[in-house]
Amino acid sequence: MPRWRDDLPESEVTPERLYLRRREFLALGAAGAVGSLLPGARALAGPEGEPLAVASRSDRADGEKPTPWESITTYNNFYEFGTDKDDPARNAGSLRTRPWTVSIEGEVKKPQAVDIDALLKWFPLEERIYRMRCVEAWSMVIPWVGFPLGELVRRVEPTSRAKYVAFQTLLDPKQMPGQRRAVLEWPYVEGLRMDEAVHPLAMLAVGLYGRVLPNQDGAPIRLVVPWKYGFKGVKSIVRIRFVEQEPQTTWRRMAPNEYGFYANVNPAVDHPRWSQAKERRIGEFLRRPTLPFNGYGAEVAHLYAGLDPRKLY
Amino acid sequence: MNEISTASPPRDAGPAGSAAPGTTGAAGPRRFAVRTFALRALKPLAFAVSCLPLVKLASDAFTGGLGANPIAEGMNRLGFWTLTFLTLSLVPTPAKDLLGLSWPIRIRRMLGLFAFAYAATHFAWYLGVDKFFDLPEIAKDIAKRKFITVGFVALLVLVPLAVTSTDRAVRRMGFRRWKRLHRLAYAAALLGVVHFAWRVKADARKPAIFAAAVGLLLVARLAPAARRAIGRALGRTT
Repeated sequence: MPRWRDDLPESEVTPERLYLRRREFLALGAAGAVGSLLPGARALAGPEGEPLAVASRSDRADGEKPTPWESITTYNNFYEFGTDKDDPARNAGSLRTRPWTVSIEGEVKKPQAVDIDALLKWFPLEERIYRMRCVEAWSMVIPWVGFPLGELVRRVEPTSRAKYVAFQTLLDPKQMPGQRRAVLEWPYVEGLRMDEAVHPLAMLAVGLYGRVLPNQDGAPIRLVVPWKYGFKGVKSIVRIRFVEQEPQTTWRRMAPNEYGFYANVNPAVDHPRWSQAKERRIGEFLRRPTLPFNGYGAEVAHLYAGLDPRKLY
Repeated sequence: MNEISTASPPRDAGPAGSAAPGTTGAAGPRRFAVRTFALRALKPLAFAVSCLPLVKLASDAFTGGLGANPIAEGMNRLGFWTLTFLTLSLVPTPAKDLLGLSWPIRIRRMLGLFAFAYAATHFAWYLGVDKFFDLPEIAKDIAKRKFITVGFVALLVLVPLAVTSTDRAVRRMGFRRWKRLHRLAYAAALLGVVHFAWRVKADARKPAIFAAAVGLLLVARLAPAARRAIGRALGRTT
């Protein structure tokens, strides 16, 4: 059998003028491929949920456009609902955020178990647009709604022995299917030093884009500490405990060589398995340099004067 | 390929088109025809199916189906399919030795080449899309991050296998030497599993599944040798 036969019909032959434009098609295809990896490739879902009464707004992300609602609500690390990024959006419907009680206890003069709806009336709600830097080297710009954690701390009057604040997520494998597997030690626990907790930037968030916080983002109430890696932002909080000793934190317990207590964003200290020098803002193609303290150094660096910066990781 | 089959009973180890056991009798010719057709369709079908993950990736990339972080999602998917094809390429040999199935052998080379193609695309994605050719950063990654080093070595291990995947290469090298070289596929699969296991933060379930599959497939390869050894031992004692 001949290896080659000239049996191609003329109709199958690419016209020469199209053939000469082949590079344009390739370029168009490449541009389309890259374009589709950028925002705006298709219409994204907009904010939904019950609107919150927001008393004031402040932009703490230098005018950067907030990450789309859809991205913030479908790309989550919330292992209580599964370890894939889209698991929380799929599985968090089983979380019941009413009734919800937050227990405030430990070294405080006014320990109490407060209902979430009562707690929401303690302080006027503010919107604050913060950068959020995940330890996995991606980041977002998020319009949170909430109130300063410091306001709550002052209201419950910590004793002189209170040196740290420890937070705990709900433990209920029925509502949080991810807790049926021991991926992490449940419940999730986090903590702050007292001066960090009362820093004006630290907040408790109850909303997003002016709406009630979606379950997958940590409803009904979560911590936001914008100069620290995202995992410090403990979600679906049921317990706030004031303590004398540095509390244990979930990821440090899991891998003490990879995660520290402070977990301040620091481009100079790499995670053992990846660089922290740059980050990818969700929706952008090129990585951008990571800023010390996630760009909030002018306000928070003094908290760590005299501490070994490597410990701050 | 069948240097061991001389010692084993005549199972269905025949070359293309040879009558399989049970194809005699009145229904023989018809079943033979069906079988021939199925064998002819096997390769194009396997090729088409093996392309599907790439097609899905491309279509998802254009329709926003890769989610909020499409760059990470694309890289993860390509890595997943590399490991899947590496694992699948280890199936045909034990499938023949233990189950007497000979048809998977016909697509073994294709599975291996797809593993290489997905691995190369995974790496190209890392270079050009994830890191956008930030060469100093990439060099540092490969040197400093254990899981990236291991993944890179796995890719390098696959290169000589892809290069010598032709019939010509087998003839030129001689079957024994070729076969010895291609045992590197075991190393590539193991390194791939380690690469994945060292990458995950906490949830090791998926790497563990690959580890179990690859481990099982490697152990299964020992079965014929074990059988011969047992046979010899029994032969000596009786």
